[in-house]
Amino acid sequence: MVYTTHKIKIIMKTILFIEDESALQKTFGDLLREEGYEMISALDGEVGLRLAKEKKPDLILLDLILPRIHGFDVLKQLKEDKETKDIPIIVLTNLEGIGDVDKAIALGAKTYLVKAQYTLEEVLEKIKKALE
Amino acid sequence: MNLKDVFSQLNIPAQCKKYGLPLWQCPHFLFLIMGIIIIASTLIAYAIGTRYIEDPETMALIVLFITTILLILAFTITRSFERLAEASRMKSEFISVVSHQLRSPLSNLRWAIELLMSGRLGKIEEKQTEYFRILKENSGRMQELVSDLLTVSRIETATLPLKKKEIFLPDLINKLISEFEPFVKASNVEIEFLPEGNLPEILADPSQFRLVIENLLDNAIRYIKDKGKAEIRLEKKGKNLYFEIRDNGVGIPKGDQKYIFQKFFRSENVMRYQTQGSGLGLYITKAIVERSGGKIGFKSEENKGSTFWFTLPIK
Repeated sequence: MVYTTHKIKIIMKTILFIEDESALQKTFGDLLREEGYEMISALDGEVGLRLAKEKKPDLILLDLILPRIHGFDVLKQLKEDKETKDIPIIVLTNLEGIGDVDKAIALGAKTYLVKAQYTLEEVLEKIKKALE
Repeated sequence: MNLKDVFSQLNIPAQCKKYGLPLWQCPHFLFLIMGIIIIASTLIAYAIGTRYIEDPETMALIVLFITTILLILAFTITRSFERLAEASRMKSEFISVVSHQLRSPLSNLRWAIELLMSGRLGKIEEKQTEYFRILKENSGRMQELVSDLLTVSRIETATLPLKKKEIFLPDLINKLISEFEPFVKASNVEIEFLPEGNLPEILADPSQFRLVIENLLDNAIRYIKDKGKAEIRLEKKGKNLYFEIRDNGVGIPKGDQKYIFQKFFRSENVMRYQTQGSGLGLYITKAIVERSGGKIGFKSEENKGSTFWFTLPIK
C-alpha cells in the first residue's frame, strides 16, 4: 500500500494555481484532481511566490490581478529566481490591455490565456500541452 | 441633411436634454445667447455712439463693458464643452468598468457549468441536462454582450490592440460558414460563397476580421425570412479586396438606414423578428474595417433584403 502511494506520487504532476477567485480555485481543483494532477492553491501573489519555492511545482497557472503582489511582479520574480525560473508558467487572466500579452511573454510566460476567450476544456488542453 | 433635421437641430432645449445638461451649461444655448448679445450690442453701440460721439470716454467704457460680458460668455461656453467631453469620457469609463467587472464572475460561472456538464463530478440526469444547456447558453450570451461592450469601450478610448498578420480571407470565411452550420440549418436558410480565384492575402488583425465576418454573417442569417438565401462574394477590385454579403431578408426601413452603424441602434422592423441583440455588431464592424484602412457600406430595401459590403486594401 505504501509502495502504491509512493508510486502515484512520482507520476502525479503538481500544478500551482495562483488566483484570488475562490470559485475558480474550486473549479480547477476538482477538474485537475479528476484529471490526475495535484493542485496547490495560492490566493495571493505573496503566498504564490512562497509556495512556488517550497513545492517546486511542474507548472504554474498565474492570474495577473492579484492581492499583495501583482501578477507581473510574481512572474518577474519567479523567472529571476534560479530555483523557479525553469517552471513553465501559463498566465490565465482577464487582463487584456495593449502590451499586456507582450509584456508577459517577454517576462518569460509560456502562454497567455484570456479567460473570457477559452472554454474549460481548451484551458485543460493548454495545461496538458505545457506539461508534456 | 433635410429640413426636418435642421429644425430638430434648432430645438435647443431638446438638444441640451439629450446631453443631460441644464440650459445655462449647454453649448447650444450659450451660443444662441452669445449671438443675440453680439447683434444687440452692435445695434446699441451704434445707437449710443451716434448720440455720445463727442464723449469718447463713455464710448470706451461701453465697449469695455460689452467685451467683458462676451468674454465671460465665451469662458462659460468653453467650460460647457469640457463638461460634454467629461460626460462622454465618464460614459466610456462606465462601460469599461462594468464590462471588466462582469468578466470575472462570468468566467467563473461558465467554467463551473462546463465542469458540471462534462460529467467529471458525476453523471447528470437527462431531466437536468436541458437546464444545464440553458445555463450554458445564457451565460454564453452574457459573455458575448460583455465582450462587445469591452470592444466598444476600447474603440472609443483608442485602446483596441491591432495585431496585423497576413490572412487569406476565403479560408477564414469557409471556416466561419462551417461554424455557423447548425445555426444555418436551424434557420432553414442557404449560404453560398463565391470567391474569385487567385485572391491575394491581406494584412489585417485575424481575430478582428473574424468578428467582422461573424457579425455580417450572423445578421444575414438572423434577418433572413424562412427558406431564404445569403450570397457571399469576394473579389479583387483594383487595389482592394471587395467583400459582399447579400441576403433576401427583412431589409432596413429607409428612415432607419442612416442610424444603422450607430451603437445600440436596432431597427424597428428587426425588433419584430428578433428581440435579442445589442445593436453593437455593426458599430464594431465599421470601426474595425475603417481602422484597417477599408470602407464599409450597404444597400437595403425593406422586405426585399440587404447587401453589406466592405473593402480592404491589398498590402
